[in-house]
Amino acid sequence: MDPKKFVLIHHDGTLSSSGLSAVTGIAADKEVDSADSWGKITWRRFCQNKAAVYSLVIFLIIICIAILAPVISPFDPAQSVGAFDEAPSAGHLLGTDDVGRDVLSRLIYGSQVSLIVGVGSVVIYAVVGITLGLLSGYFGGAIDSLIMRITEVFMSYPQFMIILVIVSLIGPNMMTVMLVMGFMGWPPICRLVRGEVLRVKSLDYVAAAVVTGYSPLSIVFKHILPNVLSPILVNCTFGIAQAILIEASLSFLGMGVQPPASSWGNMLTSAQSIMILSEEPWRWIPPGVAILVAVLTINFLGDGLNEAINGDSK
Amino acid sequence: MGTYILKRLAISIPVLFFISVGAFVLVHLTPGDPADMYITPDMTQAQIELTRASLGLDRPLFIQYFDWISNFLTGNLGFSFGNRQPVLDIIGQRLSPTLLLMSLSLLVAYLTAIPLGIIAALRKDTLTDRFIIGWTFLNVSFPPFFLGLALIYIFAVKLDILPTGGMSVLGAENGAEDLIMHLILPVIVMASQFSANMIRYVRASVIDVMHQNYIRTALAKGLNRRQILWHHVLRNSLIPIVTVIGTDLPKIIGGAVITEQIFQWPGIGSLTVAAINSRDYPILMAIVILSAVAVLIANFVIDILYALIDPRIKYGK
Repeated sequence: MDPKKFVLIHHDGTLSSSGLSAVTGIAADKEVDSADSWGKITWRRFCQNKAAVYSLVIFLIIICIAILAPVISPFDPAQSVGAFDEAPSAGHLLGTDDVGRDVLSRLIYGSQVSLIVGVGSVVIYAVVGITLGLLSGYFGGAIDSLIMRITEVFMSYPQFMIILVIVSLIGPNMMTVMLVMGFMGWPPICRLVRGEVLRVKSLDYVAAAVVTGYSPLSIVFKHILPNVLSPILVNCTFGIAQAILIEASLSFLGMGVQPPASSWGNMLTSAQSIMILSEEPWRWIPPGVAILVAVLTINFLGDGLNEAINGDSK
Repeated sequence: MGTYILKRLAISIPVLFFISVGAFVLVHLTPGDPADMYITPDMTQAQIELTRASLGLDRPLFIQYFDWISNFLTGNLGFSFGNRQPVLDIIGQRLSPTLLLMSLSLLVAYLTAIPLGIIAALRKDTLTDRFIIGWTFLNVSFPPFFLGLALIYIFAVKLDILPTGGMSVLGAENGAEDLIMHLILPVIVMASQFSANMIRYVRASVIDVMHQNYIRTALAKGLNRRQILWHHVLRNSLIPIVTVIGTDLPKIIGGAVITEQIFQWPGIGSLTVAAINSRDYPILMAIVILSAVAVLIANFVIDILYALIDPRIKYGK
């Protein structure tokens, strides 16, 4: 429930030399013997993790559902298309809600919100975090201490609470949820990148690039960034799961995606009433399970990726 | 050590300053004017100006900030827009239920997670291990509101053995048994969030320690396995517990928003949601600063704990 969690996972997942040396080819890792590319090796190791492979399949299915939503959705998710509070039947497989909207159609369209917000906010914070982390690590000095102080301020706010307050103050909708999560979530990535840059900076091939007279910008982007991409990739995968959870939580509290637009989180809002909770389980169990499955598969995916990139942690 | 503590405190001051500026700017840049609460439709423009002036809203923003922060530092946190009570009193009433819920949840989480982590490490790569690891994934992936609603549905609605929410049954206040019954479900929800990280961390740490040379030495010189486990492995592998506490402790004030909201627990989290819904800015600013300060203090305590536990860590050079 905290961005720091990912860093923890890195530590016990041995974010050590083996993975990175396989990328850079600095140390003669055993994989270098085979002619296979790094991508192929990683993919083969990823495939050994069954949970991760099944998760990848389920995740791809969720993506397909989100893309094909207009085609496979039986009804318009925002329109009243049946009786109110109707139990599941052949006409409405998951029943209808209190204004007669089809629950299945809302569930299908909700996947779009989760994926857009999840991926969108992670892309934003990855770009911000990578940029600041590279600047901080590469240039050091005053720039570094300034960026680190800002990072500290951002990390001092309890993440969910501050996102909740900001989103509700500037107006809750899908866009603000995505942007606020994006601009609040960068500190862990920034620290990760900075740490890696400090480590890689002292390596011979970077020193060689400096001596050869490459510009700082090209050293950063051509020689340093590729080396920090794999831990970032793992962090971002977990970040998507986290972002989906936060979006659902905000929407659940009424501070995210607003009805009639559907989100898995706001479909559960009404279940805070004991009446709906006890009498109409078809309205809150399916979206709850959907969030659980999406987040669980992405977390397994991140774990598989982590193992494949960094070597088996067991 | 002493200089390190002073240094840390010195660094905290600018961080605190920016946190307070952040909270102030955040609330003041939002659409709407705090004076709207005091303005009635029949007021003339002059009266409105007068109201704004009496609230100090006509002055430059940085002077308003200075006023607000100097009041804040002397304990005058302003008054709630809602019921006009002092913010300090309202927060004070809500603080102890939150602290009770969170400390109990952390306790339950750690008391279950540490043994589970050790068992998983000792039974590495067995079915037990896989099951425990799977369990941690389930815990971090379960949306807290869905878990809470599902638990209410099962234990309060269907089985009818636990209350749906609140802190006590009306009329039966102060009963310890009653309080415990109301605590069970929210504590389960919070503890499940906290336990996963601890399980994984303890597991990784125990596995790591078991590969150390001194364990091999102990095995080689013929100590029995039980002795090695208790005296060598556990003692050394439990140090990183502090790391996990370090990520959990900062959430003690602001981490239970959803759980408190679902179970109508009268703490800081449900106060936050209520203050958001009624746009009660003085309360919101106070909560944001309070929870940020809690994070700072928690991080500070953790750093000191590290140094005390692991003498190899040296600060202040």
